[in-house]
Amino acid sequence: MIMNAAFQKVYTKITQVTKATCSLQAQGVGNDELAMVDGRLAQVVKIWGDEVTLQVFSGTEGIPTNAEVTFLGKSPVLKVGMGLCGRFFNAFGDPIDGGPAIEGEEREIGGPSVNPVRRQQPSELIATGIAGIDLNNTLVSGQKIPFFADPDQPYNQVMAHVALRAQTDRIILGGMGLTNDDYLYFKNLFDDAGVSDRIVSFVNTTEAPPVERLLVPDMALTAAEYFAVDRNEKVLVLLTDMTLYADALSIVSNRMDQIPSKDSMPGSLYSDLAKIYEKAVQFPSGGSITIIAVTTLSGGDITHAIPDNTGYITEGQLFLRKDTEIGKVIVDPFRSLSRLKQLVIGKRTRKDHAQVMNAAVRLYADAANARTKLENGFELTDYDRRTLEFAKDYSNDLLAIDVNMDIGRMLDTAWKLFGKYFNRSELGIKEEIVNEYGQDIK
Amino acid sequence: MDKTKGKVHSIISNLVLVQAEGPVMQNEICFIMLGQERLMAEVIKIVKNIAYVQVFESTRGLKPGMPVEFEGHMLEATLGPGLLSKNFDGLQNDLDKMSGIFLKRGEYTYPLEKDKKWAFVPLVEKGMRVKAADWLGNVKENWLDHKIMVPFKWQGEYTVESVVPAGEYCLLDTVAVLRDESGGLHEVTMVQKWPVKSAIRNYLDKPRPSRQMETGIRVIDTMNPMLEGGTGFIPGPFGTGKTVLQHALARFADADVIIMAACGERANEVVEIFTEFPRLQDPRTGRSLYERTTIIANTSNMPVAAREASVYTAMTIGEYYRAMGLKVLLLADSTSRWAQALREMSNRMEELPGQDAFPMDLSAIISNFYARAGMVYLNNGQTGSVTFIGTVSPAGGNLKEPVTESTKKVARCFYALSQNRADSKRYPAIDTLESYSKYLEYPEFVSYAREHIAAGWVDEVNEARNVLVRGREVAEQIDILGDDGVPLDYHLAFWKSELIDFVILQQDAFDAVDGSTSMKRQQYMLEKVLEVVRADFEFESFEEVNPYFRRVINAFRQMNYSEFQSEEFKRYELEVEQVINERKK
Repeated sequence: MIMNAAFQKVYTKITQVTKATCSLQAQGVGNDELAMVDGRLAQVVKIWGDEVTLQVFSGTEGIPTNAEVTFLGKSPVLKVGMGLCGRFFNAFGDPIDGGPAIEGEEREIGGPSVNPVRRQQPSELIATGIAGIDLNNTLVSGQKIPFFADPDQPYNQVMAHVALRAQTDRIILGGMGLTNDDYLYFKNLFDDAGVSDRIVSFVNTTEAPPVERLLVPDMALTAAEYFAVDRNEKVLVLLTDMTLYADALSIVSNRMDQIPSKDSMPGSLYSDLAKIYEKAVQFPSGGSITIIAVTTLSGGDITHAIPDNTGYITEGQLFLRKDTEIGKVIVDPFRSLSRLKQLVIGKRTRKDHAQVMNAAVRLYADAANARTKLENGFELTDYDRRTLEFAKDYSNDLLAIDVNMDIGRMLDTAWKLFGKYFNRSELGIKEEIVNEYGQDIK
Repeated sequence: MDKTKGKVHSIISNLVLVQAEGPVMQNEICFIMLGQERLMAEVIKIVKNIAYVQVFESTRGLKPGMPVEFEGHMLEATLGPGLLSKNFDGLQNDLDKMSGIFLKRGEYTYPLEKDKKWAFVPLVEKGMRVKAADWLGNVKENWLDHKIMVPFKWQGEYTVESVVPAGEYCLLDTVAVLRDESGGLHEVTMVQKWPVKSAIRNYLDKPRPSRQMETGIRVIDTMNPMLEGGTGFIPGPFGTGKTVLQHALARFADADVIIMAACGERANEVVEIFTEFPRLQDPRTGRSLYERTTIIANTSNMPVAAREASVYTAMTIGEYYRAMGLKVLLLADSTSRWAQALREMSNRMEELPGQDAFPMDLSAIISNFYARAGMVYLNNGQTGSVTFIGTVSPAGGNLKEPVTESTKKVARCFYALSQNRADSKRYPAIDTLESYSKYLEYPEFVSYAREHIAAGWVDEVNEARNVLVRGREVAEQIDILGDDGVPLDYHLAFWKSELIDFVILQQDAFDAVDGSTSMKRQQYMLEKVLEVVRADFEFESFEEVNPYFRRVINAFRQMNYSEFQSEEFKRYELEVEQVINERKK
């Protein structure tokens, strides 16, 4: 994205500098236009008559009032082409893997929205092999869904596995505030799995300035639109961690003296997040963009402005939780939800899927009640004890994130557990379905 | 009349300051010329010769000095036959006419079909006296009688000079010529314009609502009724089923016209309506639901300023159909996104913020908007109505936030969605006890219900409500003291409230029969359930109560799933009676 500015006018009189912005007198400057300030990339965020305010992505430390400022005459762009595949880029779209620069058509990032009447209703299942997802919260192409997870949970690992197993044509990773360790984890995992040519990564590590990461989702999604629209591919976009992205938004709005709303987030947080997540789409031509994101919570609080606004935008959420009884991380069946699952369950999967899913979750809920009874010192019935046993197996054999099997086997496993602990009347599943899939159950 | 010109002075995101070279008007529409692209904007503040405009598009690349042209009018809706079955954006652009997959900046499309022929039948004759909103003729729009009216903006009285004979005409053909009091002649076509932010007030009178607007949803119709011309709102945290409920209302409500404003919400939800509504049947007319529906889609990724416009555009179209004597149901999902759009702009204008950084006048804006709903007597004595139900998305699910509180002051019905009910899959997740319909207290409705539903109906509804209140109280007691720590009566009271919950309140929106319940059937079922509630039962111990009532509930639910008064229905009804008689004292 860095380009030659030989023929452009050079300004050398900065009138104001804050921690993230600087201002100067300049004419003929366009809104959102890029500029170079003392060799650092900056973007126009406000034009007040002749006074132009620039947001300097890497921060303003050491910028003198006589720094050289040139305007680049365009907003941020990404060069797109098949050359993107298998490469790692920074937030500006410049390679960080030591490879050559990308050749290709320049596209403005953060482009226009899809006309809603040109969208297609999502209908294709995305299998991940994780039963907590495929069985209970099935993903659909064109969907947008975040993991809600506390920072100590292995969300990046889960997401990386989802990415590797999902049957998609292309995977775009947008990493915001990734630790260097996590960055290398992704890099090595993709290399080892021999799939790196399917993957494009845009990474802002914690070592880079936080404001830079504001560009990452738009970069990743511009690449995604290239593959989904120009090449009709099924694209999976991974965004981690959107909480750090929102934090960067609040830093900028604070430096621009904007009045904060709830939880010191900018008033435009909902629109800012929606602009990113709504890039998820199923195109009629067969291409699609599916977004799986990570929103880290603080102490599991989903009423905080970031998860709260996210929940209103995304089509469900996946909760990770440590099940202390089996010592594994599971996808919580109660708080997780995939809003689009009914578009594929029983249509793209076996017809017993919906009934098995509901019965298992209901029995798991009964187990939770039994556990409360136990903790409060009430006596357990035989049924209570059986639900507790069932819950342990269900958690271990199906909900745990280390499970990897196809949906047919997940359903078979569930039937096996049903038969082990319950009789027909306790399942509450339609008779004809039990007759077909659970003949042995009494 | 020369248009005022101006130049871009300053740019802060989508707020642009324009140096105007002539008179400008508050809320006037202007176009900013960015090369070949014309960006539409609205004046929202004027200081000396500087007009503050909110741009309905991205302002990327906009530079100071770029020319601006003011249009001399406010944001207007185009009103005429052909509005139904359309998909508009917030500015009433016809989305289907737009080229390409992506929305293009500066592309505006005409909302109606200029070439389509409509079968016009005159309703007036030469020499008749008419005024604004009087009906001049009729065209069939799908199955509805669409009235061609004297434009709402025209003041004073007119005499019909001529009117075309019945026949096929295009939108812009002159169908009548009217003579004003000073002798001037005015041509009337089938289309007129109206500024969306002003209410259409060409009616005689706006009485208090009295007639019920049937929605087919029992927890609304029976427990918290909505009236024709009434207002209501649905707040709820995410995942409690706001949108499913709105879609159910759009499908089953007894309205002539449904207008859905998808304001700042998910695009895939709008796609669901696009995809499914044309396939679904209107239970009353047997026609496709799409024929009575207009969608205003300004999804969350579309320009923020147009979000605000979208609810006004929707309301204006609603008022237009009301003026034809039709029953209009207007649904907006969600009004919180509209309020957030106001907040973003207020923030950019550096206005002093109110609570949660919302503008100080938020409450006034919301109440003005809700006030546009209502039932009216038209000039010819007929009635028409706009019923408005908005959803609210309270931040963090907390109902003590400005949008919910401001709405609560003006909306007469409150449908509270509860996370607990949603979690335990008790749908629709409306918490009846938290919710209310002020209309239950209206003497107008009490007498309407006595006449049209049943004598003593409102008393019965209140009786059911009291059973639910009692049920909730004893449930808390049972939780604290344990099953065997409370008298047997408590269990009975609890299960009687569960009976009402399962049979009346819960409803399967996706079931062909249970999805929508007629008022007649609702009345029948409430009566049946209350008979059980009023009865005394014999039990030896509390352990018998639960399984017994589960049987009662199951038989009742089978009734709910059966066609009203069918063989099957009567069989389950008999089963209910048998089970009841086993233990009735």
